[in-house]
Amino acid sequence: MNGFGIIKGMIETARNFVGSYHDAQRLTTVQYPEQKLPPVENARTIPFLVFDGDDAMAGLRCTACVICEKECPPQCIYIVKDQVKKPDYVGKMQMQPKVFDIDISVCMSCGICVEVCPFDAIKMDQVFELSTGDRFGKLLLDKHQLAKPNDYFVKIHKTEASEIDVRREEDKRKAEAAAAAKAAAPKSPATPGAAK
Amino acid sequence: MSASTLPSELAEPASDHQLLEVSLGPQHPSTHGVFRMDVSLDGEMVVKLKPVFGYLHRNHEKIAEKCSYLGSIPYTDRLDYICSLTNNWAYAMTVEKLAGLVAPERAEYIRVILSELTRLINHSALAGFLLQDMGALGTPLMYAFREREKILDLFESLTGARMMCNYMRFGGCRCDLPPGWIEQTRSLVANFPSFLDEFEALLTGNEILQARTEGVGVLTPQLAVNAGVTGPMLRATGVNYDIRKVDAYGVYGRFSFRVPLGERGDVFDRYMIRILEMRESLKILEQALRDIPAGPIIDPKAKLRNLRPKPGEAYGRIEGPKGELGFYLISDGGPNPYRYRIRPPSLINLTILEDMCLGQTIADAVVILGSVDIVLGEVDR
Amino acid sequence: METIEQIKARIEAAAPGTRAEIVLNGSPANQPSLLLDCGHARAVAQFLRDDPALAFDYASNVTGVDWPEKTIKEKIKVKKMMEGVEKEVEEVCERKTPAYLEAVYHLYSMARKHGPLILRLRTENRADQVALPSLTPVWRSCEFQEREIFDLYGIHFEGHPDLRRILMWPEFTDYPMRKDYVEADDYEYEPTPHDAVLARARQHYPGGTPA
Repeated sequence: MNGFGIIKGMIETARNFVGSYHDAQRLTTVQYPEQKLPPVENARTIPFLVFDGDDAMAGLRCTACVICEKECPPQCIYIVKDQVKKPDYVGKMQMQPKVFDIDISVCMSCGICVEVCPFDAIKMDQVFELSTGDRFGKLLLDKHQLAKPNDYFVKIHKTEASEIDVRREEDKRKAEAAAAAKAAAPKSPATPGAAK
Repeated sequence: MSASTLPSELAEPASDHQLLEVSLGPQHPSTHGVFRMDVSLDGEMVVKLKPVFGYLHRNHEKIAEKCSYLGSIPYTDRLDYICSLTNNWAYAMTVEKLAGLVAPERAEYIRVILSELTRLINHSALAGFLLQDMGALGTPLMYAFREREKILDLFESLTGARMMCNYMRFGGCRCDLPPGWIEQTRSLVANFPSFLDEFEALLTGNEILQARTEGVGVLTPQLAVNAGVTGPMLRATGVNYDIRKVDAYGVYGRFSFRVPLGERGDVFDRYMIRILEMRESLKILEQALRDIPAGPIIDPKAKLRNLRPKPGEAYGRIEGPKGELGFYLISDGGPNPYRYRIRPPSLINLTILEDMCLGQTIADAVVILGSVDIVLGEVDR
Repeated sequence: METIEQIKARIEAAAPGTRAEIVLNGSPANQPSLLLDCGHARAVAQFLRDDPALAFDYASNVTGVDWPEKTIKEKIKVKKMMEGVEKEVEEVCERKTPAYLEAVYHLYSMARKHGPLILRLRTENRADQVALPSLTPVWRSCEFQEREIFDLYGIHFEGHPDLRRILMWPEFTDYPMRKDYVEADDYEYEPTPHDAVLARARQHYPGGTPA
């Protein structure tokens, strides 16, 4: 019968309209600024730099190896190496960044920098309310704005962060054991190269 | 035509009619982005139609020639931004061919699951957009997007992003499935048929939809094959060509599913093929979710950074939701591809747009364009 | 599908005078291609499409490749008479590859479900002799793709029904996908952290940045 299809369609619309009042499957949206969806562990927005301890600049894991700068597809990372080295978590002297800028107006949130970083120093953040009136100044983040503590990393990416923490603890333990063994070993003054 | 038209105007012979040239687009809601059609109209009838491209052209191919093999993957997301995961797969597969990598079985299953979910997203969104073009403003599209949201939630919990997934890698996938993901997907797949039934009850039997689509924009199989039309548009004309069956790439050879075919090649067939393909995708998803094996997700030989394939070339193609999505890579042994070419299905499907629209009314031209299913990120690259 | 050698023999039998050459492919993909001479390309294409056993009715991908002149240094061992004794010495020999533009066609058969067969056509050089026969009369799917090659590489396809720029605007003069294309410097003059871009923009606009 002509017109029956339209009536059938109207019934569907009515069912969806009524359903949206009680069925969560039919109303998937939330009222954003008041209500917020629970965070998703894997979600990523822009990168941040992880630091250990309390002092952000002293505990920065980044060693200014510039791998992320080279690999970043839209080239939004700018690194200048510092001449002064600092010890990393196992006590080895490492380079550190003098300048570490990310232009987040260019960043496309792909996460390639995180993937290629061998030091677990750069990770993806989950902040998304980044709009600003100043297009050029406030969208260029420097290392002070980018640095966030490891606790924050653990909070947002629990699985990944705890794996990394376990591995770093292990490395630290090994390094300490090696140092202790070295200290315990009898020193032989006949080998001047040992001083290195 | 209004009642005030003089009879003398009506009686004018067709040859004396002044043709009206209309530039439809680039800022027009029916053009699905920044696409323009230069249309010549005789009254309401289309007598000439020239598509104009390039508003979203950013020379993706040149950018990729300056990027490493890894660095191009996020750019492929932005080609057809509704189906980022199938773009990832086509590129990853071509690099695998070029460098001789083999993705482990689990990764291949994950790829199948993700690309079939992508097909669900694309086809349901297309049906919504098509109805939008016909004047059903909002409702079907809103229902389609509601279901799409649920799939995007799955993508977000796996890949970290809803649309720009950047998930597949040459030699496998980036990370393993999070706990509970398979179960969530299973329940989504179990609920999806009821959405499709509702959607069909809303649309397929609707007399207005039938009147607007049946016999409109008919495409013959001979022209479709010769013009390189692929995907649902080709199968709506009745040509049985699905690369999932023909090449059986990945692990598609292991699943039993059928290839829906149309009869007349009009807009209604194109709409119907997509609905039927979604039902077949659900079958594939059920089988893949049942059979997915445990194991590694990336080839241990795969070197993501500094990949330098041997000099040579490779062409890889997959059945994307819009048609044959191909990548053609030439390596000269360096860290960047020497030549990087995308075969964009939506651009080539537009070749016969003029043939389909000639003699139809301007309102039908809009519907025909909607049924081609274009995404300008891919057309213009 | 027949092997590429068989197809080559069939082509040469079907279109007498054709010079076809098999181009090997070093990658694991193992997709060799056939280099055709321009004079017979269209006849060969017609044959490939209409032959019932081959039936390549579907030209999937058409693309251009730019091969500028390149100097290859090779070490070769040569025998030389040195001080009356024959000795084998290594010599660095420089060899220049010819410069040309190339159009590559990937053909499949929808009727017989086989492929790909890859055809290549090469221009004489990259400067003035850049014409190739268009295969659009054989396969409609080449229409936009050949236009794109014309737009981005500057190959002139003779016999193309509508050879215009497709992605760039009509007034544009250069060919952006060529390897020696110099990027325009008159965009992105806003203050960005890309100092290099800013410097380029200043050079382009002497006397301050444009409004």
